[in-house]
Amino acid sequence: MTSASPRARPLSPHLQVWRFHVTMLGSILHRIAGVGLYLGALILAGWALSLASGPEAYGAFMTCMVSIPGKLVMFLITLGFFYHLAKGVQHLVWDTGRGFNLATANAASLFCIAFTVVASLATWWVAYAMGGA
Amino acid sequence: MESYRTPLSRARGLGAAKHGVTHWIAERVSALALVPLCAWLIWAGLVLAGADYDTAVAFVAQPLNAVLLTLLIAVGFWHMHAGMRVIVEDYIGGAQRAALLILNLFISVLAGALAIFCILKVALGGA
Repeated sequence: MTSASPRARPLSPHLQVWRFHVTMLGSILHRIAGVGLYLGALILAGWALSLASGPEAYGAFMTCMVSIPGKLVMFLITLGFFYHLAKGVQHLVWDTGRGFNLATANAASLFCIAFTVVASLATWWVAYAMGGA
Repeated sequence: MESYRTPLSRARGLGAAKHGVTHWIAERVSALALVPLCAWLIWAGLVLAGADYDTAVAFVAQPLNAVLLTLLIAVGFWHMHAGMRVIVEDYIGGAQRAALLILNLFISVLAGALAIFCILKVALGGA
């Protein structure tokens, strides 16, 4: 990093020496989803605040949420929610020392992504079918 | 020269701080608690998506819903604070790190406290 250094030394996480693998993608997505859910939690707090502030505030909040940009944000948060949930369960399994076999870890990582897409679409389909959203 | 004692002799016998693993375990326990709470949240979200004011108030006023929502917010905001803390510690150094860690704590506690107070206000009929 400094000019005194004889050569540019590799910095963690060594992206330039690792070839792509699906568990790496899974880990990166888990962190991005977590950041997205941080925003989602603040939106939940905003919902609670609007509900406690009366019908006008709640109406303004819901108008914002059912707009196209509002729905886009909520759909991205839905993706983040299901991904972080699925990957979080995989991490809890990993914490018990199980599931580190390469084939198992790769398959589980792919499953988390597939689960996210299917569960998110299904949830929004049910929401529309129930007449909400 | 403040002392002739070597660093090794000062460290020897003190042992570990005894709480090194607590933070790690607390993250996992909060994650474990959030799994069923999130399963409930899916259902709650489906009921509340596009719900009008009276429907939403009636939902929150149900004791079970009010308690689960409060627990979800308490555990969820704790978990999100812990997660963001790790991200800041991983990528940010120097004075910025301390500033962001404090900001993360203040945002999480303020938003979490506000959300829980609002849920209780609605649940107890003050809305």
